[in-house]
Amino acid sequence: MKKFLILLFCLMPVFAHGGEAQDLAKDPVLEKRMIGLAEKLRCLVCQNESLASSHAELAEDLRREVRELMQKGMSDQEIMDYLVARYGDFVLYQPPVKSYTMLLWFGPFALLFVAGLGLLMQLRKRRETVPEANLTPEAHQRAAALLNEEEKS
Amino acid sequence: MMRFLLPLVIFIVLVGFLFVGLGLNPREVPSPLIDKPAPAFVLPQLENDKQTFSPADMKGKVWLLNVWASWCVSCREEHPVLMALSQQNIVPIYGLDYKDKAEDGKVWLARGGNPYVLSAMDREGRIGIDYGVYGVPETYVIDKQGVIRYKQIGPVTPQNLSETILPLVAELQKK
Repeated sequence: MKKFLILLFCLMPVFAHGGEAQDLAKDPVLEKRMIGLAEKLRCLVCQNESLASSHAELAEDLRREVRELMQKGMSDQEIMDYLVARYGDFVLYQPPVKSYTMLLWFGPFALLFVAGLGLLMQLRKRRETVPEANLTPEAHQRAAALLNEEEKS
Repeated sequence: MMRFLLPLVIFIVLVGFLFVGLGLNPREVPSPLIDKPAPAFVLPQLENDKQTFSPADMKGKVWLLNVWASWCVSCREEHPVLMALSQQNIVPIYGLDYKDKAEDGKVWLARGGNPYVLSAMDREGRIGIDYGVYGVPETYVIDKQGVIRYKQIGPVTPQNLSETILPLVAELQKK
């Protein structure tokens, strides 16, 4: 009985290996590349997490998919295109510049430009409405005296 | 006058944007697969794993592909709607049992009834990835040429069935 148990224990590692863990040990370079790419991709289940950090089952599946596509020799761009074809631009954290993302990309700059223009116009208008005061020398002296008094008190 | 009008206009525009933006459901990500051919697959059937099912078998018919799983909570909500639809014989419903064990799937159908002509087993969820599945249940309306025409994300309800899915099916069947 004891011998049988020992034999059973010895055999345990044979059953214990997991496909995923093996992949990791086999090719740490690929794993690093996979994580690097997965950080640029959004998990669709928990939408504010990247594919690299998400624990959702779909994210695990997609990481497996990305890993396998890399093993097939696809470039990062090809893998991104592969995922976009299935899940749409939404999987990318950085949205591509397209006709309907123009507002997103350039809207803030347009707003800044308009605001700057508004400020410039406002300043110009103020210069026109507040005329330069032409003071006589006496008035100048009086003003200086008044200001001095105020400083002393 | 302008002093008050301008901030008011900006405020109204902002409220408009927020009203529309906050009303959108962030879980509904538009699928890029609309108007594209349904991705091909060959999968074993749930009830009879010796036989396979492929979307190519469905050429010439308008059909629904419903992605479900025994572990999916919203599928319970959807199930009676699909049961009622299947009894009306308007459009055949095919199932894709997604990341599920065959035994669990069979038990689930035995318990709640089976609205599907048949279900294909996507044990690993790989076909799900090809179809861009990210939240079960999802339902695809596929036309006679095998092109995806609509994707319902989340449960099919009597409302979206009568307002969107069935009118589309009727239109596609006429073509």
